Amino acid sequence: MTYIFVALFLVMMGYIAYFQVVRSEEIIRSPYNARLDAYADRVTRGNIVDKSGNVLAKSVMVDGEEAREYPYGNMFAHVIGYSDQGKSGLESVENYDLLTSHAFFLEKLVNEFQDKKNMGDTVVTTLDLNLQQAAYNAMGSYKGAVVVIEPATGKILAMVSKPDFDPNTVAANWEALNSDENSVLLNRATQGQYAPGSTFKVVTALEYMRENVGYASYSYNCTGAIEQDGVTIHCYGGNVHGPVNFQDSLAYSCNASFSNIGLSLDTKKFQETTKGLLFGSKLPSVLPYSKSSFSLESESSSADKMMTAMGQGKTQVSPYHMALITAAIANGGTLMKPYLVDTVTNYSGQEVEKNMPEEYGTLMTAEEAAQLKQLMKGVVDYGTASVLSGQGYTAAGKTGTAEYSSDKEKDHSWFIGMTNVDNPELVISVIIESSDGSAKAVNIAKQVFDAYYY
Amino acid sequence: MVNIVVELSKYLMIVLVTMYTYLCFSIFGYYDPDKKKSMLRRQNILMYMIHVIAFLVMYLETEDIKMLGFYLMQVVLFSATIILYTNIYPKVSRLVINNMCMLLCIGLIVLTRLNYESAVKQYIIVAGAIALSLVVPVIIRKFKKLSEWKNLYAIAGIVSLAVVVVVGQVSYGAMLGFTIGGISIQPSELVKIIFVFFVASSFKMSLEFRNIVITTALAAFHVLILVVSKDLGAALIIFVVYLAMLYVATHQPLYILAGLGAGSAASVVAYHLFDHVKTRVVAWKDPFAAYDDGGYQVAQSLFAIGTGGWFGMGLYQGMPEDIPVRDSDFIFSVIAEEMGIIFALCLILICVSCYVMFLNIAMQLHDIFYKMVALGLGTCYIFQVFLNIGGVTKFIPSTGVTLPLVSYGGSSLISTLIMFAIIQGLYILREDEEEDIERKKKERLRAKRSGQENKKRPRKAGDVPERPQRSQPRRQAQGQGKTRKEQRVR
Repeated sequence: MTYIFVALFLVMMGYIAYFQVVRSEEIIRSPYNARLDAYADRVTRGNIVDKSGNVLAKSVMVDGEEAREYPYGNMFAHVIGYSDQGKSGLESVENYDLLTSHAFFLEKLVNEFQDKKNMGDTVVTTLDLNLQQAAYNAMGSYKGAVVVIEPATGKILAMVSKPDFDPNTVAANWEALNSDENSVLLNRATQGQYAPGSTFKVVTALEYMRENVGYASYSYNCTGAIEQDGVTIHCYGGNVHGPVNFQDSLAYSCNASFSNIGLSLDTKKFQETTKGLLFGSKLPSVLPYSKSSFSLESESSSADKMMTAMGQGKTQVSPYHMALITAAIANGGTLMKPYLVDTVTNYSGQEVEKNMPEEYGTLMTAEEAAQLKQLMKGVVDYGTASVLSGQGYTAAGKTGTAEYSSDKEKDHSWFIGMTNVDNPELVISVIIESSDGSAKAVNIAKQVFDAYYY
Repeated sequence: MVNIVVELSKYLMIVLVTMYTYLCFSIFGYYDPDKKKSMLRRQNILMYMIHVIAFLVMYLETEDIKMLGFYLMQVVLFSATIILYTNIYPKVSRLVINNMCMLLCIGLIVLTRLNYESAVKQYIIVAGAIALSLVVPVIIRKFKKLSEWKNLYAIAGIVSLAVVVVVGQVSYGAMLGFTIGGISIQPSELVKIIFVFFVASSFKMSLEFRNIVITTALAAFHVLILVVSKDLGAALIIFVVYLAMLYVATHQPLYILAGLGAGSAASVVAYHLFDHVKTRVVAWKDPFAAYDDGGYQVAQSLFAIGTGGWFGMGLYQGMPEDIPVRDSDFIFSVIAEEMGIIFALCLILICVSCYVMFLNIAMQLHDIFYKMVALGLGTCYIFQVFLNIGGVTKFIPSTGVTLPLVSYGGSSLISTLIMFAIIQGLYILREDEEEDIERKKKERLRAKRSGQENKKRPRKAGDVPERPQRSQPRRQAQGQGKTRKEQRVR
């Protein structure tokens, strides 16, 4: 009897110790935990810097009061976030580190005696000012988002969302920002939900490859449209692609051919494949995000099957998620867990904590990834993304145009892609909302790549 | 500067409570009574040191002179408790007294930090309850017919629970008690004790299958009323206490298996039948997902414990105001937040030390009634501690029970102090019992020896004086008792 209860208590004490050692840090970082704010009474909020030390957020004294300053203003508004009116972005996620001081203990002791605040730790992000700047400027006044990831490590190098706001004046402009009809506070990169358009053809292609070993001998004669059960699907811009093979279909983004492929697919298996690519499930993300959705049933109509195969349908996805899929393709099928914080150092630069690249999971086999990469290279070499060909770097990718309303004049413009195809260095995902056709996502990708390589 | 004092005192208190806790267990390994006595004294000194440091810090933080006055009042109370108990009942278990005072001391420190007024109220209740508890051991010792009032216990228990259901008031989703003349009473607290007496007397009467079935039915009825009145914690405690007593009385594992089976089935039914049960389980699974739907209590508790860390934030440095029901059900989280997880773990061990002592007593009692009472009350105490601490640390779903002797709350405090006093009474009984046995043994031995002597020597009338014969063995028995006592913890 005694032993049972004593054992029960030992287990419980073990659990409490486990909780403290393993779980507590994650738990106390919760934004619900008001206790962290109390840390601010004893610690000056630390800096946030980019990968090479450029200060993205810092604490300054204004009229004897501590205030937060963001030297690059709107540029990092969503990813770094704000901390004056509630908290968002990294300011929220890294609240704990920013308000914890690992300064030299003697120095801390002296400060304690003098009743002075200690300096909080510095968060060194994976962000690259150069790339962020290029993406930010390239987007101009368009609405949309850009995500740049280093596929081999999962480091997020840039994350831009437009329209934006100035984090320096969030508290003052709170009313206006909060009620803005363009939802400026929304981080479109991770929380925006869009029809993937033709970028989804990469997923359809993967499914077709999985179902048909002989996919390489696929051929189709595009007449500019395909009709099934009374529904007609046209190719974009009234193009007629003629006889196309598998690679051509993707390179030209042939809607008719992909509708044809979509009709042949096994719905159950297609669902499995999208599930494997994290549709409808959790994404690895430090920032808040929206789950993507994919819906196709065996009872779905032919129209739905065709539309879904070419990325219209009911599929909804965030630019961030498309970046993850592209990163997995670039990295031989393995998705590295994306991260934004490289190291946490004390204010004088001494390392406190370092995040190491970590595998998140295998989304596809290495052969599948290599095949998709090859197909996407065709898109750049002779297809819809040929503006990226003939550069000082190699590239692969997929463009997309997503209809989002009855307004046929305006579509979302998409691009997902990678550079240095043999050993990918950058993965990008770009969306421009309601483009009138002149602004193309692929051009934005090009400006970001150019900024990196030239 | 105050910061530094708070910071240092925090570590000092942790060291002191660790030493105290070590003594709680290491004392079981010593047999020399003088050594034991000095260890027990050391425990008292450690308690007073923790107490004075805590109040010094609280005075520095609040700069309120009231703190010092209240401190002195508490010192008087603890000293009076220790002196009165040990003088009125020299045979009392000192370790249990020490632990009782230590737990009360921690409780009063935390309550004072949370709310001075309610701490004063608690103080008054503690003083009254201790005075009341002082007569309990006498009752246990003198009333030999306690084991014969089985029906009375059953009726008293069920009626007082039923009254709560009928005229109960709702507090935190459970009908726990009612108010008479401004004093709120939670009968379930006292019913636990009555229930233990009921089961013990029933088992003493008979361990036949028929009687066990009847007793089980009545026990189940207790549990049912408690579940209906939404007092899940008390229902669970009664259930577990009954199983423990049944097993020790019958040594029949089948009963336990059947009981656990029935309990699991009943839990599943309760989960689907009662929303308040479901809410607690959902909040336990993921308090953050169910934050706005009952999860915030446990979530805030975890924030407090996690933010406090191993060494705590220091008194007045945390934010216990954010923890719901912080002064009663969630007081453990407050302790962990401000005094540290190490301190909190020591607190758990002190409770376990009490339990080990209780079971020690139970196993050495020969009378089945007293044995059952000690076992039942001991189980009742430790299981309540388990439910409380398990609940606030998300180890198990929270059931809304108090942490005995530490939490704020009159009914819980009074019933726990009575429980402790009853066990002290049983401990004294056992000492008596043992003396009795020793004496009888000596008498037999003496009778034998004198019989042999008598054979050698022709018997003379009036040769056997009454008094010397009676007093001599007693003196011997006392001597014997002392050497035996060396193996016992006091």
